[in-house]
Amino acid sequence: MHAQQISIFLENKAGRLAEVTGILAAAGVNIRALALADTSDFGVLRLIVDDNQKAENALKQGGLTVSKTDVVAVAVDDRPGGLHHILELLQNAGINVEYMYAFVQHSGANAVMIFRFDQPDDALKVLTADGLKVIEGRRLYTM
Amino acid sequence: MIYDVEYETMPREALEAIQLRRLKTTLERVCATVPFYRERMATAGIKPRDIQRLDDIRHIPFTTKQDLRDNYPFGMFAVPMDTVVRIHASSGTTGQPTVVGYTARDVNTWATLMARALVAGGATANDIIHNAYGYGLFTGGLGVHYGAEKLGASVIPVSGGNTRRQILIMRDFKPTVITATPSYVLHLAEVAEEMGVSFKDLSFKFGIFGAEPWSEKMRQEIERKLNITAVDIYGLSEVIGPGVAIECHEAKKGLHIFEDHFLPEIIDPASGEVLPPGETGELVFTSLTKEAFPVIRYRTRDITSLNPEPCVCGRTHVRMNRVSGRSDDMLIIRGVNVFPSQIESILMETSEVAPHYQLVVDREENLDTLTVRVEVGEGLFSDEVRQLQALERQISKNIKETLGVSAKVKLVEPHTIQRSEGKAVRVIDNRKI
Ligand SMILES: [Zn+2]
Repeated sequence: MHAQQISIFLENKAGRLAEVTGILAAAGVNIRALALADTSDFGVLRLIVDDNQKAENALKQGGLTVSKTDVVAVAVDDRPGGLHHILELLQNAGINVEYMYAFVQHSGANAVMIFRFDQPDDALKVLTADGLKVIEGRRLYTM
Repeated sequence: MIYDVEYETMPREALEAIQLRRLKTTLERVCATVPFYRERMATAGIKPRDIQRLDDIRHIPFTTKQDLRDNYPFGMFAVPMDTVVRIHASSGTTGQPTVVGYTARDVNTWATLMARALVAGGATANDIIHNAYGYGLFTGGLGVHYGAEKLGASVIPVSGGNTRRQILIMRDFKPTVITATPSYVLHLAEVAEEMGVSFKDLSFKFGIFGAEPWSEKMRQEIERKLNITAVDIYGLSEVIGPGVAIECHEAKKGLHIFEDHFLPEIIDPASGEVLPPGETGELVFTSLTKEAFPVIRYRTRDITSLNPEPCVCGRTHVRMNRVSGRSDDMLIIRGVNVFPSQIESILMETSEVAPHYQLVVDREENLDTLTVRVEVGEGLFSDEVRQLQALERQISKNIKETLGVSAKVKLVEPHTIQRSEGKAVRVIDNRKI
């Protein structure tokens, strides 16, 4: 039920982000979602792509430090309180959200959020028990 | 003024006779009491009695910092511990310090040499000496302190740091001589200016600066800003501490080595051959009077040359020129010795594979700054910014705790540190000294 995200270490330098997207474009990799967390000196770029292996190979060949992280993609009701409901559920279960960001595409009437949890397996149980829709990696990459 | 006229102005012939006599005694002693020297000399097939002339010393093997480290902590001591009254230490190449000891007589010798040095630098018994060298394991603070007391001057043991308080002391106690690292004194001058205190209105006449490399240009800047005469002092804890050599304020042209206590040589750092007077090479010292921690042909790694010309001040002791560099990769940052390998072992503690790293040294507003650039490979990378920031802080804290210097750690992408012929460039020193 997990999805895989690719994370890249980047220095905060003008044009660096474009160089990375350039590497992926040249390798024919489609970026499905992207989030950048940064400080004044460096940042971590997080990506959901359509082909993890291809992306990883291309980025490593481009001399970048790459790691893969398990994340969870959840369909969120596209109405007021939709996200709040999920966060409350997790908080009550004592699960921490390390970070989250939005997916570009909708899934039917729902928005899709990408979550990184400190306890991903417990999070999955809580979410599915509540009837929330978790989107599998395979579907997510090509959605 | 000369503190010790008899010895400091002794004719060369008499001085060399004393050196030879003291050298023989030292060699007999170390062979009797220090297994390291006994074995080294035996392996080289040489006995103390084979030394008939001063230049016979070239047949004796060198001693290196590594040898001192291999005998950590007290293996090189030539006396039993119950006669050692003082221990100092300086940092070594892997974080293990070099430990040196002193007998009561050594402490007295050192104080006498420092008294000579203070007088050569312009001080008298009537001066108040503001001693801003660090007190502690580092030999700078206590070395100057004992010399000042020996001379009969009044010493303010202010040590390093707490700059604003130092300036208030200078204003109120009216010290006439200052001893510090040259970069710290320039920092003091700047802070004083910010506080509205002009160094020109203070009472300083002379300054004695050392423990880090500096230049003629820095001397001029210090002399102008402080309105004093500034001289260079040289020493290293392995040899005794500050007071091995001093510039006379009369000539300010090279540092007189106290040759009745230390025998200097200049060698080719690659071949180990002794070079003729005037040529530039690595400075090597043999102690002639030390009891607890004698050194035989100790390689300082400092690059300089010796000038045997007579000096206007009347001292007959040879002068060494300013140290122009190192024959190893040691950096001196705010008076602290830093080897790239020390940083490497600290980085090894945080990652299984040693990351590529680079030390960048700058001088901002007269203070040395150290930035450690660390390449983030897979071993160090975390997908969470918080953890990467914690890593930066951890490395910085380990450097501070191990080496005693503050460093800014900067994480960089792989392959961003310059390689020269495949080898990473470990040090970039941007200081214009
Ligand atoms: Zn002189």
